[in-house]
Amino acid sequence: MNEIASSGLLGTTTALRLSVRDLRVSFTDDAGSDVVDEVSFDVAAGEVLGLVGESGSGKTTVALALLGHARRGLTITSGRVLIDGRDLLSVSSRELRILRGSKVAYVPQDPGSALNPTLRVGTQLEEAMKAHPGAVADIESRIDELFEQVHLPTHTGILQRYPHQLSGGQQQRVMLAMAFSCRPGLIVMDEPTTGLDVTTQRHVLDTVRNLCSTYGVAAVYVSHDLAVVSELVSSVAIMYSGRIVELGRTERVFGEPVHPYTRGLLAAVPSPDRSEVLKGIEGQPPRPGHRPKGCNFAPRCQMRVAQCVEAPPLVSVSLRDVRCWRAGETASLGTVASEAIPVRDVSGATILDVANLSANYGRNEVLHNISFRVPADSCVAVVGESGSGKTTLARTIVGLHSNSTGNIEFGGATLASGMKHRTKEELRRIQYIFQSPYNSLNPRKTVGQIISQPLEHFFDFTRAERDDRISAALRDASLSDEFIYRHPHELSGGERQRVAIARALVVDPELLVCDEITSALDVSVQAAIVELLRRLQSERQLAMIFITHNLALVRSIAQSVVVLAEGTVVESGLVEDVLERPQHAYTMRLMADIPKTLAIRS
Amino acid sequence: MAISRTTTHDDSKVRLRRREWLHNLGRAARTPRGAVGLVMVTFVGLVAAIGPSVAPYSSTSFETVPFGQPSKSYLLGGDVLGRDVLSRVLDGGWQLLLMALAATIFGVAVGAIAGISAAYLKGAADGLIMRTVDVVLAFPQLVFALLLVSIIGPKVWIIVLAVGLSHAPQVARVLRSAALDISESDFVKVVELQGVSSTRVMTGEVLPNLVTPLMVEAGLRLTYSIVIMAGLSFLGFGIAPPAPNWGTMINENQVGLASNVWGVVAPVLLIVCLTIGTNIFTDAFTRVSLGIGRSERVDVLEAELGVEPL
Repeated sequence: MNEIASSGLLGTTTALRLSVRDLRVSFTDDAGSDVVDEVSFDVAAGEVLGLVGESGSGKTTVALALLGHARRGLTITSGRVLIDGRDLLSVSSRELRILRGSKVAYVPQDPGSALNPTLRVGTQLEEAMKAHPGAVADIESRIDELFEQVHLPTHTGILQRYPHQLSGGQQQRVMLAMAFSCRPGLIVMDEPTTGLDVTTQRHVLDTVRNLCSTYGVAAVYVSHDLAVVSELVSSVAIMYSGRIVELGRTERVFGEPVHPYTRGLLAAVPSPDRSEVLKGIEGQPPRPGHRPKGCNFAPRCQMRVAQCVEAPPLVSVSLRDVRCWRAGETASLGTVASEAIPVRDVSGATILDVANLSANYGRNEVLHNISFRVPADSCVAVVGESGSGKTTLARTIVGLHSNSTGNIEFGGATLASGMKHRTKEELRRIQYIFQSPYNSLNPRKTVGQIISQPLEHFFDFTRAERDDRISAALRDASLSDEFIYRHPHELSGGERQRVAIARALVVDPELLVCDEITSALDVSVQAAIVELLRRLQSERQLAMIFITHNLALVRSIAQSVVVLAEGTVVESGLVEDVLERPQHAYTMRLMADIPKTLAIRS
Repeated sequence: MAISRTTTHDDSKVRLRRREWLHNLGRAARTPRGAVGLVMVTFVGLVAAIGPSVAPYSSTSFETVPFGQPSKSYLLGGDVLGRDVLSRVLDGGWQLLLMALAATIFGVAVGAIAGISAAYLKGAADGLIMRTVDVVLAFPQLVFALLLVSIIGPKVWIIVLAVGLSHAPQVARVLRSAALDISESDFVKVVELQGVSSTRVMTGEVLPNLVTPLMVEAGLRLTYSIVIMAGLSFLGFGIAPPAPNWGTMINENQVGLASNVWGVVAPVLLIVCLTIGTNIFTDAFTRVSLGIGRSERVDVLEAELGVEPL
């Protein structure tokens, strides 16, 4: 079934380098439940396959299985991983060790922790090549060659440096050089650009693309970022809950998605070119061992039918493989349509006026002369790459960072720098939502206690009034009353962030400061949270500062935008003006470097 | 509302997690290690608690010959003055246990307050508290307790206070390092941003997250308290002579080891049983709380898949 279905996928004359058949990885202690199963795909020489999925989809498990590795507690139970016809899963552990590095190579997500901090970069590169005697004849000239290919200068002495002396982008280039050093046939990359800024990411992606075609390797690129994948890879496998649900050429899968999950995922991805309503996918993926009978996506699927209680096979529909009973019908749906957000007027009175704000860490000035206004009924997005000072700006406004000069005027009165000098009322009117929902809720308290705490502090309500307000706040955050008795550990990331939003809104603030609140969340959850905030903001006529590194998100939530670079405002104005007609070179570069899925979607 | 009905939450599970440390105590008791510890502690506890009411003779009256051999009427024989060893063993535990318990509670409380304050307040307060702790730590525990008792005299409350205070520095050290992480959490900042007072942040947000290290410390300190209490009695700084006490008994009866070993062996066995039992149970609790030796499956789910299982 799988062989027939996937043979039509490539349909070309290029030689297959990697062929995965019916791969199954399950828990060691429990033979019954699998983490991933029925995974089959092929990659030809010089091709890159994108393995896409949200957290918990099993994409990393598959990636590691391609190297013949299973994490502690997991076992590869069955399947074949054929590289140039040789099955990696049936060789002895000694042979496997020889194959790793020479035949298959791995580029990890975090190069910072993958490089040994106590060894010079050059030494580590040499080690990688010396581990396979005979693979590389002249190590020194090979390093020169590799450095040229990954665009690292050899003459500046990078080889003599330690990993911590390199930037994140440089570290990842070193990892790429190391992976390609012995000319392997297969390279597995596990989200290699996740921690990088868009511009660095763009450069690393270009390098990856060039390397793969130069060396003619088969590459598997694991990522949760659909935009990155759509730009880089030639074919893509969408994973959901341990299964490949859709597999085909990138332009097919993203252009005319067939599986309901793929369609949902694409509707959730924000676009930097258009203001559109983001649609999240309700619910959360089932955990391994707790999966439903039949189709894993059925409980969240809007197109669910009676037949979905049986596991759907992978069928070939309109030039791709889809695991859905209704693939025949969904194939005709075409491109995922998006709903435009009407442009809103932002003529409201100014509620927050930041003028000539500078902030220091010790003697180091990290924010220089920042000035901008927030109208009382609109959302201002603050965008910038890591290190641009956007979080410091947010923390200075809410009073968590007090070492600052300049003027912050809120509702006509000057705000003291530092929360200790602000009045209780001022503290109530400005609410802050933290980046990580995993760290901002007290694990020992119930959701009810968490939301009740600011109410008790700021108001003198009776118990009944308080309970009403808590219920209302939960409802506003699209959570039901039953959440009151839950603890944070029982909630998903998205639910936790909703609780944090409810806690902020329950005290009726006038300004909401959101610091990268979706960066820890999956894209389908991010869409739901952003949509919730957009709705609440316009319903309540709330002023909002939305801090993000994701320019694409800006269009779906904010009316105006402030672009920060190295602690200064380089450009600000209405979202349409700044993003469509950027004036500053930095903004132009940022816009050009964002990976876009839209090119395929429209 | 369709959100998150995908996983069915059964109510009892939710309720159990509400007092996580209580839940963990139960789980610890069900591990083999924990069960052994609990049985040992319970045995000694029972001896000390019901001992006085089942003792065959008065623990202070002279009943038999000094160091008399065990016989039908005197099961464990006589002690240095001819008092019944069994009666003295049964009667001599409750006071030791109560004092050890009180000292532990006092010491852990003082240490916890010092440690959490140091971690949360930082700066000058941290320096002052921790340097004081360092100075007290420089004395060996027993010597420190002896010093206080010899200055003020062997009164019950002084012994409790002295032993408790000698624990405080260690507890403060442990709790400070545990509280440092938690004080930096975002959920603490959320509450600070409301302008809530430091004391309320510490008791309301930080302390509930330290219950596990507190329990572990308390168990460990209880073990030490018992040993130090018994040691003080052995050295003659305990409760005044005629009253029975396991520590004092070891001291009094050691000269007669050749004629009647039970005068020494019985109290020694009880103390050993108690300290080892407490220690084993604390160890079991620590393992359960920290997840040492839990199933690999849970580890995989949590660390690799980004899911936190119940």
